Amino acid sequence: MSGFVTLDGVRKQWSATVTVGPLSFGVAQGEILALLGPSGSGKTTVLRLLAGFETSDAGRIGIGGEDVTATPPARRRCGMVFQHYALFPHLDVGENVAFGLAGQGKANAGRIVDALKLVGLEGFERRRVQELSGGQQQRVALARALAPEPRVLLLDEPLSNLDPALRERTRRELRALIKRVGITSIFVTHEQEEAFDLGDRVAVLESGRLEQLGTAEELYERPASLFVATFVGRANVLRGPAARAFDGGIKDGEVIVVRPERLAFGAAGVPAVVRERRYTGAAAFFLVETDGGDRLEVLAAPEAARVGDRVHLAATGVLRFAGARA
Amino acid sequence: MSARPGGGLTARTVLTVLLAWLVLYPILILVGDAVGGGGSGLTAFATRPAEWRALWASVWISVASVALAAAIGVPLAFLFEWFEFPGRKTLGSLIALPAVLPPFVGVIAFLFLYGESGFVARAVQRVFGLEQSPWRLQGAGGILLVHAYSMYVYFYLFTRAGLAKLDASMLEAAQALGASRWSTLWRVTLPLLRPSLAGAALLVFMTAIGSFSAPYVFGGGFRVMTTQIVASKLNGELRLAEVESVALALVAIAGLVLLRRSEGDDIVTALGKGIAPRRRPIGGAGARAFSTTAGWALAVLLLLPHLTLVLISLVPYGSWTTETLPPVLSGINYQRLFAEPERLRPLVNSLWMAAGSTAGALALALVAAGLVARGRPSRLRGAIEGLIALPWALPGTVFAIALLTTFSVHSPAELRWVLAGTTLLLPLAYMVRNVPVTGRALLAGYRQLDPGLEEAAASLGAGRWATFRRVTLPLLKPALAAGGSLAFVAGLGDFVTSIVLYTYDNRPISIEIMASLRVSELGVAAAFGVILMVVSAAVLGLGARR
Repeated sequence: MSGFVTLDGVRKQWSATVTVGPLSFGVAQGEILALLGPSGSGKTTVLRLLAGFETSDAGRIGIGGEDVTATPPARRRCGMVFQHYALFPHLDVGENVAFGLAGQGKANAGRIVDALKLVGLEGFERRRVQELSGGQQQRVALARALAPEPRVLLLDEPLSNLDPALRERTRRELRALIKRVGITSIFVTHEQEEAFDLGDRVAVLESGRLEQLGTAEELYERPASLFVATFVGRANVLRGPAARAFDGGIKDGEVIVVRPERLAFGAAGVPAVVRERRYTGAAAFFLVETDGGDRLEVLAAPEAARVGDRVHLAATGVLRFAGARA
Repeated sequence: MSARPGGGLTARTVLTVLLAWLVLYPILILVGDAVGGGGSGLTAFATRPAEWRALWASVWISVASVALAAAIGVPLAFLFEWFEFPGRKTLGSLIALPAVLPPFVGVIAFLFLYGESGFVARAVQRVFGLEQSPWRLQGAGGILLVHAYSMYVYFYLFTRAGLAKLDASMLEAAQALGASRWSTLWRVTLPLLRPSLAGAALLVFMTAIGSFSAPYVFGGGFRVMTTQIVASKLNGELRLAEVESVALALVAIAGLVLLRRSEGDDIVTALGKGIAPRRRPIGGAGARAFSTTAGWALAVLLLLPHLTLVLISLVPYGSWTTETLPPVLSGINYQRLFAEPERLRPLVNSLWMAAGSTAGALALALVAAGLVARGRPSRLRGAIEGLIALPWALPGTVFAIALLTTFSVHSPAELRWVLAGTTLLLPLAYMVRNVPVTGRALLAGYRQLDPGLEEAAASLGAGRWATFRRVTLPLLKPALAAGGSLAFVAGLGDFVTSIVLYTYDNRPISIEIMASLRVSELGVAAAFGVILMVVSAAVLGLGARR
């Protein structure tokens, strides 16, 4: 494996039936990688293996060319931002940021100021962490993680604890900050939008396996598996005669995925009835039911159809998968 | 008596006055008498070096008890909360055993076990063929041994509770920032445990400074303030006993204030989220075998006093002289106890006094907690809360002397009647001493109670009394059971207040044990001890059931 951070056949056995890995992938220097997957997919385990809080049962973990597989967390030099931030409640903001710095007192003052300035919290040194808002706590956690100048930054669902309204803005700020620092970063999320927005590349995990690693565009346009196709973005899944109606070339047992924006109303095609219409401004989602009884989602111009209309559907792009799952 | 939710101003005033009369007034009389009265007691106290020695002994014994209890209880708590080893669960519950031993019973069990003619001493004597007993369990060492055994439980329980609340990600965050295990312990874990540790230290300090049984039995010539007070009272120097009581009370309150200040806010819960660390199995077969063996050895050590008591209670009078183990065992002590009404009297006395004082303390607490929890914040509410807590801050001996002083004068205008020498004063003292325990339990109970339930009952047409009887009271049952069982056990096993206030007619079990020891009827003393232990354990078990 090449990259600044590398996993080589890393495996963690939780129980007879639950295993994460073996996983192999690399993260380039300065890259932001998102670990995306549903709960229980093993994404947090991967992060904790990287941080050293879990020990792998097999495989090798490397950071900057050094084998850290057996290195305890305290000596890995990975900065970590925890889901609930884990700020020390008995220390103030400045003391929290200073925790990971080697020296004592004055020598650190400059670095504390710099770290807080970096996250836009200059002058907050003597505040109690309990007095801070959720967003401020998150930024203190970030400053604390970055202050010792770690080699890698790990973030466990860094935005899940924030108000939805705050999340989008914080996401952009977070990305800008990480890029400014230039640190290799790996973060865990279960939200596709967050992974796409914040990550340079996204690793999709399912049941402890790496399904696909690629850019947002690759995942969306060329999903490697049916799971990725349905987990990343909206998808109409069709099989059997319904699938053949849209794509005559499929083999037996194959499944097709059609994105809502790849379906269009036309003069000819699969006959269907519009059941619901959900207006989103620039466009509308139409829930249509084919005569065969399949329900499909179509993204089209708001005035393309009305509820109750008889329409004909045509697909402009179809993804084919071996239909492993019935 | 009114127990309405909300409670009017009158109810609150009446209750405040009643509580103040029971709890605060005797203390004021005590202070007045000690300071006034020609100052004879003050002079005596100030000029006798023995008084200052005893006061200093109380302080350092209490501080040393805190240190010892922490040294045992805190590591145990870490072991049981963070590590997994065979027998962890069973041992974890056995470890609280010293708590079911009433203080005086625990002390005599220690006497039988480690005293100069106890099992251990006899065994050592036999093994090494010594002429005399190898040691005398006396003085500060003996006191501290008993204190460490009975008080480490506070540190153990508080630290475990604190550790269970600890967020694992705090510890991981420290490690990710480069802190070693030791550094994490010092810089993160212990600071986060501070409220728990300070709370345990406070409890141990207050228990140790008020401790009477251990210094009384093991002190010998070594006096602490509690034994000094009782000695002065028995010598007829009541004035001096009053001054001594005030001095001890001041020291206790100073300790209370100091430790409270170090407690800090409950910072752990302030940001509290997340989950406690997973238990780590102890690695290595050797380490596991060692920890398991050590754990069971500890359990045996903890159980020994209980077993000793049972064994001694089966020894007939005069049948055991120089042998290492008693040659004859029989149930004769128990048979005689239940066959002769005069011998059973102390048990009956203790039962009715414990039951009566518990009922009184529960009633007071029920009304007071209702008024505090349901009323609007007011000065009276704060006063009621303070009065409920006050007896806890003062050693039992101090309270006994205060009640004795107050109720040995007939002066209805001052709300004082002669109760000293009657059978009523002792149960009254039990009740007052138990107000903090029942009060705290019921306050907690009321605070967990959703006021909406009472409103719902009202909206369904239930009157105040019906609401109280059909909704509030049933919901408060766990709190009543918890507070009531603790109060009952405290009354049943009490020795501190009893030795100051008992009369022949209401002599309780602990006094009878003492009398039996004095005439060397060890078996009878132990039989009473076993009965106390069994009843206490049963009542505590009932009280803890949900």
